[in-house]
Amino acid sequence: MNRREMIAAAGATFGSALLTACDSTGPARAAGALTFAQHKNETLERALFSHRSRDRVAPGVGVAGDKFPSYFISDRVPIWDAAMRGAWRLEVGGMVSRPMAFSLDDLMRLERQTQRVNHYCVEGWTAVADFTGVPVSALAAACGVDPASRFVDFESFDDGYHESWDIESAMHPQTIIVYGKDGSPLSAAYGAPARVHSPVKYGYKNTKYLTRVMFLPAANGGYWSDRGYEWYGGL
Amino acid sequence: MTQGTPAGSPRHHWVVRVTHWVNVVALSLMVGSGLRIFNAYPAFARKGETFCCYPFEGMAIQSWLTFGGWLAGARQWHFAMMWVLVVNGLIYMAWVYLHGEWRDLVPRRGDLRDSVEMVKYYAFVRKDHPRQGKHNALQKAAYFALPWIALLTVVSGIAIWKPVQFAGLTDLLGGYTWARYWHFVSMVAVVAIAVGHVFMVFAVDPYALRSMTTGGWSERLSPEARNARPFINLKL
Repeated sequence: MNRREMIAAAGATFGSALLTACDSTGPARAAGALTFAQHKNETLERALFSHRSRDRVAPGVGVAGDKFPSYFISDRVPIWDAAMRGAWRLEVGGMVSRPMAFSLDDLMRLERQTQRVNHYCVEGWTAVADFTGVPVSALAAACGVDPASRFVDFESFDDGYHESWDIESAMHPQTIIVYGKDGSPLSAAYGAPARVHSPVKYGYKNTKYLTRVMFLPAANGGYWSDRGYEWYGGL
Repeated sequence: MTQGTPAGSPRHHWVVRVTHWVNVVALSLMVGSGLRIFNAYPAFARKGETFCCYPFEGMAIQSWLTFGGWLAGARQWHFAMMWVLVVNGLIYMAWVYLHGEWRDLVPRRGDLRDSVEMVKYYAFVRKDHPRQGKHNALQKAAYFALPWIALLTVVSGIAIWKPVQFAGLTDLLGGYTWARYWHFVSMVAVVAIAVGHVFMVFAVDPYALRSMTTGGWSERLSPEARNARPFINLKL
């Protein structure tokens, strides 16, 4: 084999390897390295995370309104059926000294916060909304969260959808249990009666159609985090 | 006479050769996985708005140009490979600085005139190959610009990775939407330079493949000695 043939052979090998690689998920042997990198990244991301950080929407940027995409995993818009399941309540439990079940009116009587923030979807788009609700930190204080609790699971009635968070992100000042959007009560398309929302987490972490907020000693995965998306999903 | 390469020594130091080929792999995987991520929302407009400056809003990138299979897979590759790319880039930059190689790359007085001469030569306006140092003036411009453009890709990448934790940086780039745009545009610029580079290697100086692998090189095979233009005088 002369030099020219060598270069041609090398080019053909590299080229075909490249073509095989196109749009594949890559070699299975890489999975371990990718998981390792994801864990290391999470450690770094948690070190970078600060409660002083704030999402900012530039002045003059308006809300997306009904252009804000609506998303759920059920076949139809999930609507709480009070006739079948009784009045809706948001249960707060797990590692708390006072487990509670809040009606929507109960939530509205707690500390109220309205914020214009970005919603960051993992797909790459953002949408701006005015969200009104109660900070998760206020909810935690009301229920007396055990300081040993390190994780929070947000559960829904949308076909078993849930996502668990690190407690630091849940206690961020911009993490709220939302019951109002753009000055109106939260509608079914956007997670009524209540959803969690925070600009410090991607959309898939922000569980809609909430039923329970559980304070836990360990992470409990989540709908999309169990399907290959990063569990941390922080911004 | 080509300077900077004493007779018998490799044209490129082994650090340059290794980082070059690591870069080929890491950059390809970063671009491929990045395009797969982009395809989840191949647009820049905030929801409910339009975007001024991208004519292909909503058009997906051809899947054969992408890598990762699906959004989550591509994100896993992107956020793992970014460390390889950045560490490799830092090793190269540190070496270029410590070894003095930057002298062959940093623009100096006369480079603009030399670039014009190179263009004239490639356009057959000028007959003989302009005299050059280790690289010709056009190469120098490309090799010098590349790390700076790549730096913009890295910085804008950090801004869209942590738009809330690094809100100041994201604001500096014009907000999340624009940071994402600069990340994309600077990537396109890096790819354009890389494609031009590969084209010139095969069209003008295929011997560079040898000098970038084994380091082996001969003065009489240089483009200057061969009076080589694209596809002309490939052989001595």
